[in-house]
Amino acid sequence: MSTAPTIGMAIPERQHYCNEVQQMLYNASLWNGHRIHFDMPYATEVEGYPGLVVAGPLMGDWLHQVVDEWLGDAGIITGIEYSNRIAAYVGDTVTAGGTITAYDESTGQVTLEVFVKNERDEILTPGVVTARLTLAS
Amino acid sequence: MSSLLSEDVLSHIGKQSEPRREIVTRRDIRKYAVATDNRQAKYLEGDVAPPLFHLHLFWEVVPLDELSPDGVSIDSLLPKFPLEKAMAGGLDITYHKPIKPGDWLTATRTLTDIYEKAGRSGPLIFYEVLMEVRDDDNKMVVTEKTTRILR
Repeated sequence: MSTAPTIGMAIPERQHYCNEVQQMLYNASLWNGHRIHFDMPYATEVEGYPGLVVAGPLMGDWLHQVVDEWLGDAGIITGIEYSNRIAAYVGDTVTAGGTITAYDESTGQVTLEVFVKNERDEILTPGVVTARLTLAS
Repeated sequence: MSSLLSEDVLSHIGKQSEPRREIVTRRDIRKYAVATDNRQAKYLEGDVAPPLFHLHLFWEVVPLDELSPDGVSIDSLLPKFPLEKAMAGGLDITYHKPIKPGDWLTATRTLTDIYEKAGRSGPLIFYEVLMEVRDDDNKMVVTEKTTRILR
């Protein structure tokens, strides 16, 4: 973290390109065999999706990461609330970001509104992250 | 009041899964970090687990012949619901304590609520599952409330 948090401040955004190999490794690491993530004929012809669906919790992870990278060693994530509203598909580039909505200097508690959005600027995964600054200056 | 949810379905509220105990390894943390596009050294080297790692640790390891044809594991905590098409869900997670290699963690899942709401295009069923992850000293590590919607 390069500057002290102020309300309304946007944290640096991070882009993720959703490719097949990463999706496979991610779902395998969970033991998630859901075909919509790797079986193109099933995803498109049976379930009617336009492509292979990016795993919902992976986008949840990216909400954490964008805040965690901003925090660095200066703080720790204490909680999150989020929901997967719109799907992302393999081949999409999505962007994670957030804005500080509250900061209590005495406790180091900081709250951020976070999002993952697609190339059409649709918010796929909105959320709220709470974190605690441990090295508050 | 409820038209969709039978007493039998509602009687599952409060049902709890068998506790599951797992060990955290450096290799599992590294695999999770790589697979999630993480770029922080402490996670890539497996010194500490990134947040949300508990999903990896406690996703049920189901035998292949017990997966449904679409490759999904059937959650034994849940009753057979009268609606089955899953919609977007939400998570509410509190992190109490970092997870490190060598930690033995135990997760318990409880079906805490089932309710019905009127949606724009018909009725919706909501259910909530609380997962509590504790260490061997019985200290809370992660609590996670999942809300899922069926239509």
